[in-house]
Amino acid sequence: MLDDFMIRAFLAGIGLAVVSAPLGCFVVWRRMAYFGEATAHAAMLGVALSLAMQADVFIGALIFAIIMAWITTQLSGRNYAMDTLLGVFSHSFLAVGLVVVSFLTGVRIDLMAYLFGDILAVSEFDLGVIWTGALVVLALILWRWKPLFLSTFNEELSYASGFNPKREQLFLTIGLGITVAVSIKVVGVLLITAMLIIPAAAARNLARDPEMMVFAAALVSCISVTVGLRGSYIFDTPPGPTIVCVTLFIFVVLNLVNSVRKLTL
Amino acid sequence: MKHKAFVTHAQAWHSAKMNLITIDDLSISYGGVTALKNVNLNIKSGEIVTIVGPNGSGKTSLLKAIIGAVTPVAGKIQIKSGLKVGYVPQRINLDPTLPISVGRFMRLTEKITKKMCAVALEKAGLPKLMDKQMSQLSGGQLQRVLLARALLGSPQVLVLDEATQGLDQPGAANFYKQIEKLREETGCAVLMISHDLHVVMSASDRVICLNGHICCSGTPQSVVATPEYQELFGTGTDGALALYRHSHDHEHASPTSNSEAIS
Repeated sequence: MLDDFMIRAFLAGIGLAVVSAPLGCFVVWRRMAYFGEATAHAAMLGVALSLAMQADVFIGALIFAIIMAWITTQLSGRNYAMDTLLGVFSHSFLAVGLVVVSFLTGVRIDLMAYLFGDILAVSEFDLGVIWTGALVVLALILWRWKPLFLSTFNEELSYASGFNPKREQLFLTIGLGITVAVSIKVVGVLLITAMLIIPAAAARNLARDPEMMVFAAALVSCISVTVGLRGSYIFDTPPGPTIVCVTLFIFVVLNLVNSVRKLTL
Repeated sequence: MKHKAFVTHAQAWHSAKMNLITIDDLSISYGGVTALKNVNLNIKSGEIVTIVGPNGSGKTSLLKAIIGAVTPVAGKIQIKSGLKVGYVPQRINLDPTLPISVGRFMRLTEKITKKMCAVALEKAGLPKLMDKQMSQLSGGQLQRVLLARALLGSPQVLVLDEATQGLDQPGAANFYKQIEKLREETGCAVLMISHDLHVVMSASDRVICLNGHICCSGTPQSVVATPEYQELFGTGTDGALALYRHSHDHEHASPTSNSEAIS
């Protein structure tokens, strides 16, 4: 059954959907919308170096995504705000990555492929990597849920309850790093960052409690993956961008419904 | 008088055992800039201690060090093991994208039932707020929810950082009344920062006047009389002083007469 490339693409998409829902909610709540992109750009440098050293792309991406997570966590709140640091490292890592690639003679790689990914080319091994990563990150979030949420809500309250918000932030950013690393090769930077932000933003309209927002975001993601893949098959459109378009459509519809509901109340 | 400004060495040694929080020679600095220097402070069970001081005097830094949000550069803070600290922050910025109901927020870290939560809200004068979103609360409501949440953990020390910010005068007076009542009922110690000098001082056992270091401390009466305090708070407190003395004479009077004195 897993022979079918559409089924593998579907399973990869669902794997990304379930893990990006809780991560995405935290990213939106903490105003770290740029973080997914920055981590992904850092991972690109990892991808380039892995190719240079003929190592597995996943390892390089993971190492650099986590370095990025660690640096920004350590430095934020000192002299620069988080978004400034993300801007600095995101663009520098991407630039260095591109320069490194230019030195690679004999190897022709297309970094654009990592920008958009190719979800239809998912192998069974990739699927294993994605789902292992997803389950590890989900377990991490489940374990740290309360302190993570409390530190997102208010740092001082978190300290007073005995949870160091810096540590919780590191857990979150490592979770993001792992997610980006396991999925960059197959789904690409665009789809990862879109799947982090848009479903969570759409889910805000449905939710009154944090857990509910996570479930709603996961639901939006899963619907987007299913409908998007089917749509790309029928209309012969690129799958990643089609999934993102469906997510955007749901986001717009939910916002319209919410506005109408507010007017009628 | 319950709390003396000066104690003998033997007394200090003896009372150290009942200290909930002991701060020794604490210094805090941010990037080389000193915020607090050589602060010594003890909090004993059941006392209400108020920190006053101008902006940038290190008041908030001191509280942050106590809850562990700031690491001191020198000195140490000893907290009695197992001490339950309730904390009410100055103000919290709520992101409107963060959905959470009041009831859910109250039960976030404490293992309590919905019913206990409802009772706590009722006590705080906020009935029927359980299902409201945190981001929809007014400043005063939010402050009272934060206090109610801190109280749910049955704290032995309550730490308040300008908790009445955003409350009007009757609201603030009510807030302090609730805290005094709490001390009477549970014997919990209270450490707070406040700008509502006249309101707060009448309710305090001890006042710490802070300006990068402890300028003076002691009973409210003795502190307002010091030249250091008068230099810091100057003429602006003249009226407040009168009010303070007035209410202090009626320290154990009924709450209504107190609030008349305030307004």
